[in-house]
Amino acid sequence: MITIQHLSKRFGKLQVLDDVSLTLLGGECVALIGPNGSGKTTLIKAILGMVVPQSGTIFFKGNPIGRQWEYRRDIGYMPQIGRYPENMTIGQVLDMMRDIRKMPEAALDKELFDMFELHNMLDKRMGTLSGGTRQKVSACLAFMFEPEVLVLDEPTAGLDPVATELLKDKILTERSKDKLIVITSHVLSDLDDLVTQVIYMQDGHPLFHKSLDVLKEETGTDKLGKAIAKVMAKDAAGKGVTV
Amino acid sequence: MNKIVKYVIADLLRSRTVMVYAAALLVLSLSVFSIEDNADKGVVSLLNIILFVVPLVSIIFSTVYLYNSAEFIELLVSQPLKRRTIWLSIFTGLAGAVALAFLIGVGIPVILYAFTPSGIILLLCGMLLSVVFVSVALWAAVRIRDKAKGIGLSILLWLYFALLFDALVLFILFQFADYPIEKGMVAVSMLNPIDISRILILLQVDLSAMMGYTGAIFRNFFGTGWGMAITTLVLLLWVVVPAWFSTRFFERRDL
Repeated sequence: MITIQHLSKRFGKLQVLDDVSLTLLGGECVALIGPNGSGKTTLIKAILGMVVPQSGTIFFKGNPIGRQWEYRRDIGYMPQIGRYPENMTIGQVLDMMRDIRKMPEAALDKELFDMFELHNMLDKRMGTLSGGTRQKVSACLAFMFEPEVLVLDEPTAGLDPVATELLKDKILTERSKDKLIVITSHVLSDLDDLVTQVIYMQDGHPLFHKSLDVLKEETGTDKLGKAIAKVMAKDAAGKGVTV
Repeated sequence: MNKIVKYVIADLLRSRTVMVYAAALLVLSLSVFSIEDNADKGVVSLLNIILFVVPLVSIIFSTVYLYNSAEFIELLVSQPLKRRTIWLSIFTGLAGAVALAFLIGVGIPVILYAFTPSGIILLLCGMLLSVVFVSVALWAAVRIRDKAKGIGLSILLWLYFALLFDALVLFILFQFADYPIEKGMVAVSMLNPIDISRILILLQVDLSAMMGYTGAIFRNFFGTGWGMAITTLVLLLWVVVPAWFSTRFFERRDL
């Protein structure tokens, strides 16, 4: 569904993305992991057209995205930090997005909206909400328009345990509908039962792109966190660094 | 486009800063008009305050708003929208809200006390000036990524238009006092939207006699229909040019 070819991006002298080539297919749930500053968010932003790469192309359903904007109709994005205009109410934010996407009321996916019980808070201003509640609004917006691709940047950061479980269930439901889901997270334990594929980024370059099962088999572990730790240890040993 | 404008304006009109701004202008204008018995004198007193306060509030408020909305703008960019639409919607929303606050704060007293040509020109100039400085703020905010630096730049820009420019003009005037530069001064004044507004309004209240020979030249230029048309055009250019440059930049920028 998304093909990335030789994508490179530099901010000044800093090489943030270095020759990234990836293929992401529908029905998969991809975990994008890596240390801070490894280019995960920049990669996501490039897919969404927020960052313009110096070289390389991204194809969305076979078409290069260039400076197109229509393709974003099929993407739902949940940002890492959701900040909204302070005096807008939750209801207004939802209305505005509905106006932008022009989707009939009946076609909307309001499952998360109901599960998070946002209908009691429609008149609350965004400026008065806690970080977690704003994350809930962001999650609702990402899932509401039944997009074929979901891009979730640190979705569980700031959510309470109950909401985290609800969101994870929702992600699993969407995965079974043949959608492509891309998640970045530092909480590897959250990703364990969700993802099917793992991309590990380091210094702007994907170190590997494997399915979770293969990764677990290769490292002989049953948890994503342990597997990644093993891979990193092996990598460090290969470079002659002791861990 | 207006689907975003609607929500941006609704958000801005409920912001405390905009409300306080409108209320302060209202109190200020009402008190000035009730002190001065002559409407034109009231307009001139008010003019000096407005030419100082309106650009300052418009440019600083807009810059701060733009930096605070960075994440919101990112979210809009991730939606199926053209970047140009997003940027121009935010511009329209900001300009609309600031101009409306001015219209309420100064418009009501003007209609009550000074419903004269000079009063109406004061209103129109003030609204245009608000929009001009929102447009300049847009340009400053899009060029500079860092919030503190961006706000610093917008304060500098205001300082330049409100104070430094006049000092420079005075300096030039004294240096070239022996030459016939009066016509040149008309052209130079076009480089500053605040000066254009000031001259336009002063000419309406027949204070040009106080400005000596240069005043007469100004009268000859700004007093005519053509002069007015050109001046209005220049003021509109002051709105369009920074907004256009900032839109072009925003379309290519990394978020």
